[in-house]
Amino acid sequence: MSLDEAVAAFALEVGADGPVAIAGTGSRGGPTPGIRTVRAPAGIDWIQPAEMTIRCGAGTTMGEVASALAEHGQCVAIPAPGSVGGALAVGHSGIRRLGWGPTRDTVLQLRYVSSAGDVVKVGGPTVKNVSGFDLCRLLVGSRGTLGFIAEAILRTRPLPAHEQWFCSRRDPWELLRALYRPTSLLWDGRTTFALLEGHADDIAVQAAATDLTPVDGPPELPPHRWSLPPAELGSLRADSSDSFVAEIGVGIVHHSEPSPARTHDVARTELHERIKSELDPRGRLNPGVDVLAPG
Amino acid sequence: MTVDATAPSAAGADVARLVGRLRQELRVDQVRDGASEVDLYRRDASNMSGEASVVCFAESTEDVRRIVAVANEFGVPFVARGSGTGLAGGAVPPRGAIVISTAKMNRVIAVDEVNRTAWVEPGVLNLDLSNQTAHLGVHFAPDPSSQQTCSIGGNVANNSGGPHCLADGVTSAHVHAIEVVLPDGSVTILGGEDPEPGGYDLRGAFVGSEGMFGVATKVCVKLMQNPPDVATMLLDFSDVADGAQLVSDIIADGIVPAAVEMMDQLCLRAVEAYIHAGLPVDQAAALLIEVVGLPSAVASQVDRIRELALERRVGTIRVAADDAERALLWKGRKSAFGAIAHIQPNYYLHDTVVPRHRLPDVLAQVYEIAARHELLVLNVFHAGDGNLHPLLVFDAREPGVLDRVHAAGDEIVRVSVAAGGVLSGEHGIGLEKRDLMPLMFSPVDLAAQADLRRAFDPHLLSNPDKVLPSPAGCGDVHSVPEGAWV
Repeated sequence: MSLDEAVAAFALEVGADGPVAIAGTGSRGGPTPGIRTVRAPAGIDWIQPAEMTIRCGAGTTMGEVASALAEHGQCVAIPAPGSVGGALAVGHSGIRRLGWGPTRDTVLQLRYVSSAGDVVKVGGPTVKNVSGFDLCRLLVGSRGTLGFIAEAILRTRPLPAHEQWFCSRRDPWELLRALYRPTSLLWDGRTTFALLEGHADDIAVQAAATDLTPVDGPPELPPHRWSLPPAELGSLRADSSDSFVAEIGVGIVHHSEPSPARTHDVARTELHERIKSELDPRGRLNPGVDVLAPG
Repeated sequence: MTVDATAPSAAGADVARLVGRLRQELRVDQVRDGASEVDLYRRDASNMSGEASVVCFAESTEDVRRIVAVANEFGVPFVARGSGTGLAGGAVPPRGAIVISTAKMNRVIAVDEVNRTAWVEPGVLNLDLSNQTAHLGVHFAPDPSSQQTCSIGGNVANNSGGPHCLADGVTSAHVHAIEVVLPDGSVTILGGEDPEPGGYDLRGAFVGSEGMFGVATKVCVKLMQNPPDVATMLLDFSDVADGAQLVSDIIADGIVPAAVEMMDQLCLRAVEAYIHAGLPVDQAAALLIEVVGLPSAVASQVDRIRELALERRVGTIRVAADDAERALLWKGRKSAFGAIAHIQPNYYLHDTVVPRHRLPDVLAQVYEIAARHELLVLNVFHAGDGNLHPLLVFDAREPGVLDRVHAAGDEIVRVSVAAGGVLSGEHGIGLEKRDLMPLMFSPVDLAAQADLRRAFDPHLLSNPDKVLPSPAGCGDVHSVPEGAWV
């Protein structure tokens, strides 16, 4: 079955009536219990290395995408676990965001199944496109509440020629200033971890200039995820009983404690409600999921 | 007729009341309704025009909020306007709209030099932002050819690109947060200084919404580190297809240059006559390639590009020896539009994107289309991301020439989309390509876009009649929007 046929079959399965939830691989939490679940089609339709693009079903695992792209010396800036659709629906970035950008910027075109059971195309297949409103960005992180992503065309990037993790006792903001476009800068309150990519000679020169010590990899990340303005990361303290790993220059904090609740103003909350009611008027897609709640 | 057919307009005696009401909310000198002044705001840099009833010069978020509130009170549409450099008619005022000029909201409010972000007002000019932050070793990456005059607010509305967006991405990738006045007059922040502010990516939806989702009043932008090393190369070819093919070869090899621009022979000749940079005027095309980064990476990429270029029968390879020569080569690229005046008095600039590997074939079709319509075409474009900018040059005094220009333009858009491309890479849809949207999108796709628009603007007051086609005019480029002249 071609990907187009699989997407059409997926749309029929989603249908136009009754509550329905979408399941991926469960790596980021499962679907709402007690509701009929569907799964997006899996499989890579094509990879175009000279376009730096890949088209695949949303049910394709990130592992399959990574190994298929690696054969062409490429990768995609989406964190590893789970399925493509799950990663996009949740929308979290990986620890290389400082250098590689957020997950949302990898998306060129999506086809999703709407609340009415129709297949809707948003975005376009080329690396540059401003034709129409940007529903691609809207769907990333929408946690299946506006439509179920069926397939994606993603932007790929070249795998780095060389990469090396380092650690340092130096102030992380000093390193942020001194290093040229590090791929990742992590800080646990005591030690800074830096990932440098590119030409081996450049990495060596930068590491020597800033006294970096090579290490095998990044530190282990605590389970909870906070999002802070990068300028506020300095307020995190290593002397408490909590542990954290902060992404310097980005603002994601991997923390031992759950994220504090955040508030949303009335205008923004009402806009969320209007978007949900325009795109899923009967509230049948992933009922019970509140995108404004931390998750 | 259109999806906005029920949106009211301002007319006659209502305009006097509207102006009076606006003058209660703003200073009198901020509200201009003199016929000749309002007339200046009937158009943008496209060749379409509309009808404004009054022009308001906002100086703050509160000013914008008050204007939008009055627009709601009167049920009159409004359109925000930055520098008016848009090429797709996006800022052309619909139906006697209130024009909200953000030109006086031009302050860089705060710069965080450690985390490389800045809050700016929408009227800040693109190049001014980079110039004002240059001492910190950073720049704002999107660099449209109009960067000396276009505004950040306009960049947000159009999700603008530019030569250096190949490696670093277009405006959406450089905006963290936007303070907006929503079409109902409420004020909120979309996105955030923090990376995952929760909820839908309303920031992402707003960028590129061409003024139809509200008015941006402050923008938190990302600033990029200036590269420590830069190499700018000019490579020429006796066959356009060889140059176009080299672009794909470079990307497939794992090199993403900061910029890859192509100029064809007619363009090279026009520019050379204008700036005398020693351009290869006898060759069919030239590629301007810039690689940036740390020194070893730059050197190895330049070497590899040389090797790949030799396999594509490159003529000469010129590497800028210093900043002055680099600036001269870029001046050649960026002054192309000015140089064209030496050939013919008028031009029509197109903007489509095709997959990179289709560039040789689509370029050949562009030349064929222009020849068949007895028009001259120059190509100067962002080859790295397949973003074509065919420039049809003509003399508007020649009877019937405009019909040929439009027919040729229509065909160029159609062959681009048929080659797996898209309607616009940078300029947006606006009025210009509104009725071509069905070439790319089905009725169901367009309905989803209309749904999103209605969620942001339930009363359809914010820049109506743009982007979304009228159901009656599907695919018909000749159904010129009402009130527009071409």
